[in-house]
Amino acid sequence: MAPRLKLFLPLILFAAMALFLFRGLSLDPQALPSALIDKPLPDFTLPVLGRESMLNREGLIGEVALLNVWATWCVSCRVEHPYLLQIAQGGVPIYGINYKDDDAAATRWLAELGDPYRANIIDREGTFGLDLGVYGAPETYLVDADGVVRYRHVGVVDERVWQTILQPLYQELMQRGSKG
Amino acid sequence: MNSLRGAILFALVLLCVPAMAVIETYEFSDPELELRYRQLSLELRCPKCQNQNIADSNAPISQDLRKLLYQQLEAGASDEEILDYMVARYGEFVRYRPSFSGPTIALWLAPLLLLLAGVTVALLTLRGRRKASASLSTDDEQRLRDLLDKSERDA
Repeated sequence: MAPRLKLFLPLILFAAMALFLFRGLSLDPQALPSALIDKPLPDFTLPVLGRESMLNREGLIGEVALLNVWATWCVSCRVEHPYLLQIAQGGVPIYGINYKDDDAAATRWLAELGDPYRANIIDREGTFGLDLGVYGAPETYLVDADGVVRYRHVGVVDERVWQTILQPLYQELMQRGSKG
Repeated sequence: MNSLRGAILFALVLLCVPAMAVIETYEFSDPELELRYRQLSLELRCPKCQNQNIADSNAPISQDLRKLLYQQLEAGASDEEILDYMVARYGEFVRYRPSFSGPTIALWLAPLLLLLAGVTVALLTLRGRRKASASLSTDDEQRLRDLLDKSERDA
């Protein structure tokens, strides 16, 4: 190696490290990629809240939809709720997964705050949540018309998340569905 | 007197060892299963918390995973099957001892590669230094000897 280049080696190393560390500053350590991305939605057969019926995987898929994991004990879910109502009003199908919750409390919540959901799956033991890889509420999954999970958002879905991430993906999936 | 008592109390508080035990206990049909349960719960990482295994964490998800672990062990699942099951749901993230394949292979090889790089740099530097010290010309050596002799005479 040329002696002159050798002199610059520490500077180059420093620059490389600084680049990596600087990138690290803007990474979210809480963000955990879902193991389910681009994989089919797991199978399930669970009761529906407020109805005397069961819902399974086949009954849920068929169109691009959001799956929202929520519970009445989850404080952030209350923050998210008004925005979900707004998205649902825009015609986006949202299915709720009532995660490890009390049926009566959930029914009351929907009566008081409004119901953005097509249907609510009761996952009292959290078994479906486990198959989905849920580690806390709220979580929102974007599932395409073939029942393949395309995106998972952990945390509150608000205007920013919907406008910048979920809606563009949703529209892309809708277009792909109408073409094919 | 009061401050002394306070100091002793404070020292005692510092001495308290945090309880590492999990809240719930499971009855195992076989002591060997319990051993594997302990081993695996130390090795599985809580998805909700950043740096805790499920044995340490009291997050609801960790309680669920411990229960699941117990059920699977009692059902006769192998360690491999249990880990695969967890990874299929929560990704490689849940393993504190990642598998030796795919993207996680870098985690295993990086320390070795860095060590090799360090040793190489050290060897090259040492060799360079030895060469530099041996490359004194005969004229220089003569001068050095003269200077040393001179300083000894002066002293």
